[in-house]
Amino acid sequence: MIELENVAYSYGGGELLSDISLKLAPGSFHFLTGPSGSGKTTLMKLCYGALLPTAGHVRLFDRDVRAMTRDDVALLRRRMGVVHQDCQFLDHLPLSENIALPLHASGRSAGAAGEDLEDLMHWVGLTERSAALPPELSGGERQRAALARAVIMSPDVVLADEPTGNVDWDMSQRLLRLLIELNRMGKTVLVATHDLGLIRATKAHVQARVLRIANRRIQLAGADL
Amino acid sequence: MKGLRAQLVRAFQPDTQADRVVPPSGFTAQLTLFAAGAMAFLAVFALALSLAAGRLAEQWGSELARSATIRIAAPDDQQQAQTDAALRILETTRGVAQARALSNEEQAALLAPWFGAELELDSLPVPRLIEVIETEEGMDAAGLRLRLAAEVPGAMLDDHSRWRAPLVKAASRLKMLGWVSIVLIAAVTAAMVTLAANAALAANAQVISVLRLVGATDDYIARAFIRRFTLRALIGALVGMVLGMIAVLLLPGGEDETASFLTGLGFQGLHWLVPLLIPPLAAAVAFIATRMAARRTLESLT
Repeated sequence: MIELENVAYSYGGGELLSDISLKLAPGSFHFLTGPSGSGKTTLMKLCYGALLPTAGHVRLFDRDVRAMTRDDVALLRRRMGVVHQDCQFLDHLPLSENIALPLHASGRSAGAAGEDLEDLMHWVGLTERSAALPPELSGGERQRAALARAVIMSPDVVLADEPTGNVDWDMSQRLLRLLIELNRMGKTVLVATHDLGLIRATKAHVQARVLRIANRRIQLAGADL
Repeated sequence: MKGLRAQLVRAFQPDTQADRVVPPSGFTAQLTLFAAGAMAFLAVFALALSLAAGRLAEQWGSELARSATIRIAAPDDQQQAQTDAALRILETTRGVAQARALSNEEQAALLAPWFGAELELDSLPVPRLIEVIETEEGMDAAGLRLRLAAEVPGAMLDDHSRWRAPLVKAASRLKMLGWVSIVLIAAVTAAMVTLAANAALAANAQVISVLRLVGATDDYIARAFIRRFTLRALIGALVGMVLGMIAVLLLPGGEDETASFLTGLGFQGLHWLVPLLIPPLAAAVAFIATRMAARRTLESLT
């Protein structure tokens, strides 16, 4: 599904990631952890084709990203739900339109999306906030909205970068339950986080593999915490 | 070409969501509207100039080409005889529809601007003028010149080609300058729209990043900008064209266009429909300019 083979990524003369090999199998749950600045976000971006590796190969759904055009990557993103670290919304659009954005961008009509959108808003508990603009939302609401947007296309993979970064413990547990639920629905989930408590809490409910980045490499793949 | 046409069609298909993904931006909207409006206004005048010059060139080219003058400069006692001889030759010349000698009064009227209305023609050695009107087919001026030289020694044929040619050339050049101005106006419109589109694209780098994150293709992103700038250019050009046409309509007119070129500046008949092409052309220019700007920007924002 997503495969990295001996991947390196350099920026500004320095190597941020080196010799990274990783394979996300369908239906698996992975955590990516490591200290701040260790390259978690960079690795996540490599996983959804936002960055190209400076060495090695990244294959998304069996296709090498180097051989893909921007539009090819865009079309593949419709099979990958991404929760960006800072959520990234269009601040001038109400929440419901932001969540429905992937549907519109893929050419699906707003009418056909209506019911799915309502269900999804209910699922993440944001029905009452559908008309609110993103800047009016709390941190937790933004994270849940970003998750809703990431899954509205019913993607095969969900990639979440620090989805609980700006929320309290209760909200992070709530988000975690949503991610576990997605995994139980058969989605592959990769979560980048430095929150070890979150990882422990998840492992109580689902079999999750933990990948730790340190010194530019994945050092402890599959280690239990 | 096929892709361009499909994109042009899609650019005008109503898509409220695509329209909304780009936030409404202040100065780029006003810049595009103003530039398109001002350029359309100027294009109306350039068009009026070009069409009026074209009419003039055509008029001078066709009407004056069908007339000629014969000047009889002979001693007083031979002038009438030579005039009669020239008229006899003209009667039998193929391509001559009508020929007549100008009366003393007509010749005095022609000279009045220089010598005054009280001119006594008898006091001056004024040659007799014969006005020749040609048929549609025209006459053989060289052949007529040879016959006149042989039979009317004082006759001099002037088929107006000597002074008509530079006038027609000047009018044709004026017409061409009008079209060049229109092309320049289109180029300036494209440059202004490109500037505005580049500014809007740069200001919306974050929007583009979000759209890419959710799987929007370059075509979808570009379309959101293209539609907005194309419609703005269309509306601006429409307003500019209407104002330009009102201004042309209000220009003082003249009965005889050749008498004063400036009073004939404007549109006549079906030419009033030609400026209606300006708004769609401005929209097309904006469409192409925005499309190129969007492609360049999206290429750079990898």
